[in-house]
Amino acid sequence: MARDMSDKEILQMELDQLKIEVSTTRTAVSVNCKETMEWVEAQTEGDPLIKGVSDDKNPYKGDKGGCIIT
Amino acid sequence: MCDQTFLAITFGPCDSCSENRPLMNLYIKTEPINYCSLCMEIMACQGLASGETLKSLKAESETLRKKLEEERKKLHDVELEKVAEKAEALGELNMKTRRTLKGHGNKVLCMDWCKDKRRIVSSSQDGKVIVWDAFTTNKEHAVTMPTTWVMACAYAPSGCAIACGGLDNKCSVYPLSLDKDENLSAKKKSVAMHTNYLSGCTFTNSDMQILTSSGDGTSALWDVESGQLLQSFHGHSADVLTLDLAPSETGNTFVSGGSDKKANVWDLRSGQNVQSFDTHDSDINCVKYYPSGDAFASASDDSTCRLFDLRADREVSIYSKDSIIFGAASVDFSLSGRLLFAGYNDYTINVWDVLKGTRVAILFGHENRVSSLRVSPDGTAFCSGSWDNTLRVRQEG
Repeated sequence: MARDMSDKEILQMELDQLKIEVSTTRTAVSVNCKETMEWVEAQTEGDPLIKGVSDDKNPYKGDKGGCIIT
Repeated sequence: MCDQTFLAITFGPCDSCSENRPLMNLYIKTEPINYCSLCMEIMACQGLASGETLKSLKAESETLRKKLEEERKKLHDVELEKVAEKAEALGELNMKTRRTLKGHGNKVLCMDWCKDKRRIVSSSQDGKVIVWDAFTTNKEHAVTMPTTWVMACAYAPSGCAIACGGLDNKCSVYPLSLDKDENLSAKKKSVAMHTNYLSGCTFTNSDMQILTSSGDGTSALWDVESGQLLQSFHGHSADVLTLDLAPSETGNTFVSGGSDKKANVWDLRSGQNVQSFDTHDSDINCVKYYPSGDAFASASDDSTCRLFDLRADREVSIYSKDSIIFGAASVDFSLSGRLLFAGYNDYTINVWDVLKGTRVAILFGHENRVSSLRVSPDGTAFCSGSWDNTLRVRQEG
C-alpha cells in the first residue's frame, strides 16, 4: 500500500504508470461521440424508462381497482 | 572553573564500516547513529545523490504528465454536446414511485438487483441485509451481519447467493435457500479479507469469483470456493470507494473510483492499471460503465457527475448545475444509455440527458440522502435506497 512505500518508490510507481498511459491508443472525440450517439439512438426505442411500459405488460401495475361488483 | 568544554569522543566500532575509529555521535530522527567521520561524509553525499534522483524522478513525472495532457487534448476536437445537437430531444419524463420497500431499521447503504429483474438485496447501517421481492414488497430473506455499516452488497448472477460486507473488513457470501426456516448465517462463507472497510463488491460473470474494493486503497479478485486471492490491484493513493465491472461483451476490465479523486480502469487478468482519470475535484463515490462498454460515468462529492470516454481517454461530458451543491452518491444508466440517473445528498434524484448534458427531470420523495441507485436488469424500473431507511422502485409512465 502507498503508505508503506518511501517517496522515491511512490514516484517510481507513478512514473512507470505514466509511461504506460502515454502509449495507450486513443481515438478522436468526434469519432467516438458520433458512434456513441448512433448506438444510443438505435437503442432508445427499446428503453422502457424513456418510452414507458404498457399496463398489461407491467408487473408493477397490478391489481389496483379490480373490484367486481356483483 | 567551567571555562573549558570538552568534546567527549567515543571510540569503538563504526556502524557501517565496522572498524575501530573515533565515532561521531549523530542522531537522525531520534535514532542514534554511530558512524566514523569517513562514513559520515559518505552518507551525507549519498543523501545528496538520492535527493537528486528524487528531483529527476519528479521532473520526469512532470514532463510525462504534460505529454499525456497534450496527447489527450489533440483528440478533443469537438464537444459531446455539439455532436448531440442533431439528436432528437427527449419528451417529458413522468417517473412514478411504484413500490416503497419499508423494513430496514436504519440507513440503507447499498442495494443490488437480481438477474430475475424482480428480487432486490439491500444492506443497512444496523447490520441487516434483506432480500425483497420488488413486485409484492415481501421480504424473502433477512440476515443479520455481525457488523454494522454494511456498505456493500451484491446478488450472484445465478440468484442463489448474496455477498455483503462493511466495517468487518471482509466480504461474506451467503447461499440463499428456499427453506424459510433455514438459518442463513450458518452457511456463511468469508471470502475476502482486507485491512480496512469493504466499500464495494460485485460478482464477476459467475458465482465463483468476487471483485471487492476497500478502504485500504486496494481492489481484489477472490475465488469464492477457496477464499483465495486471485489478483490484487494497487494504484489508488487513498480509499477505493466504488467499483464496476465492464459489461460482459466488452471484456475483462473494471473501473474503480476513490477518495484520491481518481478513477482507474484495470485489466482483471494482469492486475495492470490501463487508464486513469483525475478531473474530479473531490472523492468519487460511484462509477458505472456505459451499457456499450466504451465509457463510464462517475458521481462525486464535488456535486458533479462526469462521463469519461475510454477510447478517447478523456472526460467528454460534465453533468452539473450551479443550483446543485450537494455531493452525488450514486449513478446508473438507463438501458439505452440515453438517461443518467444520479442520487444526491440533498435527498433528490436528478435525471440527465447523457448526450445533451441537460437535466430532464428531478425526482423527490426520499426524506434523507439517496445512498444507492440501480436500474433493473431489463431496464423497466430503477430502485433507489436512502438514509431514510426505505427503498423506492420507480418507473416511467
